[in-house]
Amino acid sequence: MSDHEGNGVNRRKVLECMTWAGTGVLWTISGGVPRSLGLVDAAKAAEPAGLTFLQISDSHVGFDKPANPNALGTLEEAIAKINAIPNKPSFMIHTGDITHLSKAAEFDNAEKIISQAKLDVHYVPGEHDFLDEEVKFYKDRYGKDTKGPGYYSFDAGGAHFIGLVNVVDLKAGGLGNLGAEQLEWLEDDLKGKSKSTPIVVFAHIPLWTVYPQWGWGTEDGAKALEYLKGFGSVTVLNGHIHQVMQKVEGNVTFHTARSTAFPQPAPGTAPSPGPMKVEDSKLRGLLGIASVNFKQGDQRLAIIDTPLQG
Amino acid sequence: MTFANLRGLGLALAIAAVALLQLGVAGARAQDINVTIDNFTFTPPELNVKVGDTVTWTNHDDIPHTVVSAGKFRSKTMDTDNSFSFTFTSAGDYKYFCSLHPHMTGMIKVE
Repeated sequence: MSDHEGNGVNRRKVLECMTWAGTGVLWTISGGVPRSLGLVDAAKAAEPAGLTFLQISDSHVGFDKPANPNALGTLEEAIAKINAIPNKPSFMIHTGDITHLSKAAEFDNAEKIISQAKLDVHYVPGEHDFLDEEVKFYKDRYGKDTKGPGYYSFDAGGAHFIGLVNVVDLKAGGLGNLGAEQLEWLEDDLKGKSKSTPIVVFAHIPLWTVYPQWGWGTEDGAKALEYLKGFGSVTVLNGHIHQVMQKVEGNVTFHTARSTAFPQPAPGTAPSPGPMKVEDSKLRGLLGIASVNFKQGDQRLAIIDTPLQG
Repeated sequence: MTFANLRGLGLALAIAAVALLQLGVAGARAQDINVTIDNFTFTPPELNVKVGDTVTWTNHDDIPHTVVSAGKFRSKTMDTDNSFSFTFTSAGDYKYFCSLHPHMTGMIKVE
C-alpha cells in the first residue's frame, strides 16, 4: 500500500496509478463530501457512515484480443470483489462501454455477471454500446426513464446524481459531445437545487480535457461545468480512458475509473490509445484498487492504492 | 450459313467489340485503392482518386472503427480486419471521419 497524499506524489507513483487495470472504485458520501475507497480497504475499514456506492467502467464484454482474451472473466472477478465487501454498498454506477460491439449476447452476458452483485446499477452508455444497426439494444435495456440518448438524474444519500451521455452525434475532428438539448436539460435539472447539495456527475468520456490528441475530452464539457459553478461540492466520474486520473479544479473533482477489461496507455506514451498488451502475469498483478479521498476545496487528492497481487 | 446470318454475326461481333472496348477503357480507368487503419490513423490521410474508383478501408486495430462522410457514405462498424468499400461516382472533396473516434479524420479528393 502506498500513500499518494500531499507532496509525496512522485512521477513513478502517479504513473502507477494511471496504469492499473482495476476492478472498481468504492465511493462514500460522508457529510456531503464524496470520498472513494479501495475495495479491500473499504472491506477492512470500519463501516463508513452515510451512503456508499461503487463505480465500475469499460467492461467491454466481447473483447477477446491479446490485451485480455477474456474480458468477461475479469468482469466476473471484479464482481466477485464487490461481493466480498462486508458492508453492502447502496448501488453501483457503470460509466459505459458495457459491451465491446453492442451485440445482444454481449449485453446479455454482461447483465448475467453484473446482476450477481445484487445491486441497483445506474448506467450511462459508452460509444461501444451504440454500435448495433438500430441503436436499440442499450436503450431497450437501460434507457427506460431516461431522456434523449439516455441521460437522467436521481437523488440518493442527500446527493444529486446526474448521468450524462457524451458519446453520440460526435463531430468530425472533435471530442465527446453532450449537445444543446442535453445541456438545456442539465440547466433545468439543476434549477432550484440548493448550492449545498453535493453533485455527482457521471458520463463515459471525461468531461474535462485529458488529452485531445486521443479524443480524451468533451467538446462542450465546459458548458456543463458552468451550470455547476456555485455548487459547493461537485464530483465528476468518468471512464473511457481505462486508467485512473484525477484533477481538482476549484469546487470540482474529476476522476476517471479503470476498466475491468484491459488497460490503455498513459497519454502520449504509445502510438495510439488502443488496448495495451502487458505480460499475462502482469495484467492480474495490475488489477488494483484505488482509494481516493475527496475533500472540497483541497488542491490535492489523497490516493491510496493496493494492488491485488504482488 | 446464309448471307443474312453472316451479316447478323458480323453485327453481333461489332457490338461485342465495342462493348469490349468500353469495358477496356473503363477497366483501365477504375482502380481499387486501399486505405488502412492502424493506431487510430487513416493511411494515407489524404487520397486523390478518379470518378469510378473504389476505395477500401481496412481496420487493423484491436478496437472497432467506422468511416463516415456526412451525407455521402457511412460504413457499418468495422471490427478488427473488417473492410468497407465505396465507389466514387462524382467528383468532389469527401472529408470523412470515424464516428467513434472523431479525432480520426481523412479526405478523398475525387476528380
